[in-house]
Amino acid sequence: MNESSPRHVAGHVPVLRLGDVLLVTLQGDLYDSAAQQLQQDLAETIAHSRVTGVVIDISGVEVVDSFLGRVLAEIAAQAELLAARTVVAGMRPAVAITLVELGLSLPGLRTALTTEAALELLDRPIVTPRSGGRRQERP
Amino acid sequence: MPEHEADGSPHTATPQVADFLRRRREQIAQRWADEPLFRTVFTVSRDEAVEAGKAVVDALAEVADAGRVEDPDAAGFSGVREQLARMGTARSRAGLSVTQVSSELSALWPPVDNLLLADLDQAPPEQVRTCAITLSRLLGTLRLVAMQTALSEGQALIDRQRMQLLEVATPVIKLWDGIVAVPLIGTLDSARSQVVMETLLNSVVEQHARFAILDITGVPTVDSLVAQHLMKTVAAARLMGAECVVSGIRPAIAQTIVHLGLDLGSVLTRASLADALAYCLHQLGTDIVDATPGGANLR
Repeated sequence: MNESSPRHVAGHVPVLRLGDVLLVTLQGDLYDSAAQQLQQDLAETIAHSRVTGVVIDISGVEVVDSFLGRVLAEIAAQAELLAARTVVAGMRPAVAITLVELGLSLPGLRTALTTEAALELLDRPIVTPRSGGRRQERP
Repeated sequence: MPEHEADGSPHTATPQVADFLRRRREQIAQRWADEPLFRTVFTVSRDEAVEAGKAVVDALAEVADAGRVEDPDAAGFSGVREQLARMGTARSRAGLSVTQVSSELSALWPPVDNLLLADLDQAPPEQVRTCAITLSRLLGTLRLVAMQTALSEGQALIDRQRMQLLEVATPVIKLWDGIVAVPLIGTLDSARSQVVMETLLNSVVEQHARFAILDITGVPTVDSLVAQHLMKTVAAARLMGAECVVSGIRPAIAQTIVHLGLDLGSVLTRASLADALAYCLHQLGTDIVDATPGGANLR
């Protein structure tokens, strides 16, 4: 019997590896259990494969509740500990507004408009995550 | 003789009133057509005013038949509601106050009352009284329906204009490839900042913008609420992967922000829109240079 069959239940999120980057695409409603499973899978995959970046594409997600918001922040934090940068890509305007209204502005999270922009961001040299107060004087 | 059934409760007069309205439909409509309310709204021809009057009389007769003379939600009124609303708005647009429109509506009663008295001059006084009271109540309800409709029309107009104002007041401008800006003008309240946030975020998606500039040159004062709205917009844009710059902070506003002890630490700020644009261009790897070397020194 296939060992991994219990993982192929409905709601399981596949993690794809593209070179040094892991790509996760979330679609539709994500159950809490699936989100937690994803968090665990990602931690294991990052530790084994020594990737340097994780891109989570949430352009297919219409509703992000406080739980999923927290899971995203936790994924980013744990990836950081494993020396990988996480970028959340393609958040919809409505989702962004909801998260802000919930008070979850996820300050430590890197974001990008599209998956492409996220990969580009990960290609750039490592800088500290954007903190708004940073002043960069013009030369 | 139907007249003799009328003694007792005033409600029993409704069939007579309905009957009277149907019989005298033509005459009532003719007289109403001379009243200012109908005359000034239906200016094309007198026949048009008469037709409109007949429609109202029919509605009144239907309501009287149903015995619901004091119910403004009676089914009979639904047919003429739109017409009444049109008349009401036409009069309001002509510059009449609500009170004046209301008194024009009440001017519809005397001609009908006169006709009723003439119609019932053979009937016993008791019955004439009940009929007159029923008719008066019926016309009162008509007035209520007309005013109700006119007021809800007015409310709808105000709502529509408020929405238009919100749209007009918040244009999103594309300054460069990947840079959008919103010049904010006027006081920011919750509703407006919500619209600003939505339009800005949508244009970030449409324009593939990496930078969004919020220019608050036109915002008269910044209090803690406005600052909170700005921070929310900045946070939402950041979640979508765009960096937000707040520009156009006047010295007085900078002082106010410091005095209020507001923490805008998480927001990138620049003094002017030009500075903000220069910063964004620099971040995108583009810089603006003078075409002629030392051009600034040549006069």
